[in-house]
Amino acid sequence: MIPAVVVLAAIAAVAGALLGYAAVRFRVEGDPVVDQIESLLPQTQCGQCGYPGCRPYAEAIARGEADINRCVPGGEHTIRALADLLGREPKPLDPEVGEEKAPAVAVIDEELCIGCTKCIQACPVDAIVGAAKQMHTVIAEECTGCELCVPVCPVDCIHMEPVPVDLETWRWPYPGAAEAHA
Amino acid sequence: MSARIHPFHGGLVLDGRKALSTRTPPAPVPLPERLVVPLHQHIGAAAEPVVEPGQRVLKGEPIARAAGYVSAAVHAPASGTVVAVEAHPVPHPSGLSAPCVVIEPDGEERWHEGCRGTADWQALAPEALRARVRAAGIVGMGGAGFPTHVKLNPGPGRAIHTLVVNGAECEPYITCDDMLMRTRPQAVLEGARIMQRILGARRVLVGIEEDKPEALAALREAAGGAPDLEVRAVPVRYPSGGERQLIHLLTGLEVPSEGLPADIGVVCQNVGTAAAVRDAVVEGKPLVSRIVTVTGGGVAGPRNLEVPVGTPFSHVIAHAGGYTDEAARLIVGGPMMGFAVRSDAVPVTKTVNCLLVAAREEVEPARDPRPCVRCGACAEVCPARLLPQQLYWYARAKDFDRVQDYKLFDCIECGCCALVCPSQLPLVDYYRYAKSEIWALERERERAERARRRHEAHVARLERERAEREARSRARRRRATDREARQAAVAEALERARARRTVQAEGGHAEGDGAEDA
Repeated sequence: MIPAVVVLAAIAAVAGALLGYAAVRFRVEGDPVVDQIESLLPQTQCGQCGYPGCRPYAEAIARGEADINRCVPGGEHTIRALADLLGREPKPLDPEVGEEKAPAVAVIDEELCIGCTKCIQACPVDAIVGAAKQMHTVIAEECTGCELCVPVCPVDCIHMEPVPVDLETWRWPYPGAAEAHA
Repeated sequence: MSARIHPFHGGLVLDGRKALSTRTPPAPVPLPERLVVPLHQHIGAAAEPVVEPGQRVLKGEPIARAAGYVSAAVHAPASGTVVAVEAHPVPHPSGLSAPCVVIEPDGEERWHEGCRGTADWQALAPEALRARVRAAGIVGMGGAGFPTHVKLNPGPGRAIHTLVVNGAECEPYITCDDMLMRTRPQAVLEGARIMQRILGARRVLVGIEEDKPEALAALREAAGGAPDLEVRAVPVRYPSGGERQLIHLLTGLEVPSEGLPADIGVVCQNVGTAAAVRDAVVEGKPLVSRIVTVTGGGVAGPRNLEVPVGTPFSHVIAHAGGYTDEAARLIVGGPMMGFAVRSDAVPVTKTVNCLLVAAREEVEPARDPRPCVRCGACAEVCPARLLPQQLYWYARAKDFDRVQDYKLFDCIECGCCALVCPSQLPLVDYYRYAKSEIWALERERERAERARRRHEAHVARLERERAEREARSRARRRRATDREARQAAVAEALERARARRTVQAEGGHAEGDGAEDA
């Protein structure tokens, strides 16, 4: 009786010490769920979800404040991926935030640009180059199509253009719509 | 090594219909009025043009250079004048346009002086030979168009023991490889020998389907019983010409999933590629033309033609007797793996092996897809031993993770599953759809990652700038305080001076003391 109690107590003590040590030694930095959610978001930083960027939206989802169907540029695929990650049912994009549209890039009409730098400040990924009183231009490669630069331009010289499809980016269409309902 | 044939799983025996186009040897097509040469005829990055409109070029002169390692140079298929570098429709299932160099041939056919070969290639080092292959812009001519110099460089740690030369040509209707082997067996074998030297392979195995007795005889005769080169007949069973299938047939080795033949010490090259390698090394000719099969019930005189790259399909078909009234559909490649094009104004590229003008009765009747009944017929014929119906379900449900778990990327899109499907499901269309979606998502993920890093840099920059601004204003405030202090000091000094002057004015003899003070 006594030896059994002693042995069990000893095991409990050792295991407890081990667990305690592991908790300190292998401490998880940050919130991995937030990182996982963020890695599924398209990083346009457009704010259409109502949060000031992808990271804040990811944090809001992790806290349970925001639903998973608020990312406009991510669209159906992102919702599906988030549902998969969080074990929820996928649902259609929240109509409140907008409609899914084709990817686009911002284009500055260089004739009209007055060099006010307002768009440069608005661009979340520094994809606009230029200086005060100098013409600005968009680095199309880096533009995420967030549209944040469009409303801030005082002379309305920025518009969005759909990204042209080339042989590299062309995709096979979803086979026969009729069959999908069969 | 035994000369045994190791059958692969699945596959189908199809009606070959090859006799249509094998009556006459390949004849050269006269030059068209304009050659439209696409810059992207291969897997990898599109070539970068090095010519300008108005420039005169000679046959074989480079008109675009390879953009990076996995890319291929493009050469002028005829001497003449460059009239434009612009986008034109290219042979692609999308029907999209892509950048092309447009050349108006002058008919002189003068070769560029840079095109010099050597019959004594045995004296050249493997690296030098590979460099020649690369400079000649050679890509896999069986259809995929992978740059040949990349395939001939498996890298350290991958010793190649066997070079497989693919003359199976299993797809119905296509006979360009058959005709090449019949008419130029020496060139095919010499090209194979050059590639063997580049790879350091112990042996060369040539695989040809049994239904090509002339090609088999020609190559066997040309080989002349060399101990390290064997020409083997393989059974007629589609897709024996698939790279993995042919390697299995000839060696019994299986290429690992998501791996390359080089992982098991094998490299596989098409017979057309072998002949192109020989022409590049021995004659110095870059890849500027190829044999194209023009066939089907919709063309009056089916045959093989030697076609300069950039020749419009319409021109090629006109030289095969033109269309018949039966012509219903124009397919690039064969009926199994080819794709339909809407216009015949697109040019022949290095990878166009066949123009199939299907007559009405040859066109597959419109599919009437019904729900999958899970019969499993697709799995029985799949040469990659996949589960096509599982791939179908997940592709249809857009579950791109699961579809990859079922090894979507091991699918070679041979079309056997769709052919036997009793529900007439367009299975391959689903696989192609899923593959291109997955590639698109991968690109998006890369873009997202870049955007995230740039956003972080942006936030850090704003933070830094704010800190700098604050530091500046603090400095300004400090300077302002300093200035006040200085002004106060000056005011004090002035005050003192004034006070002294007052004292001087009162008693003139205090001058010496004042000077000492200053």
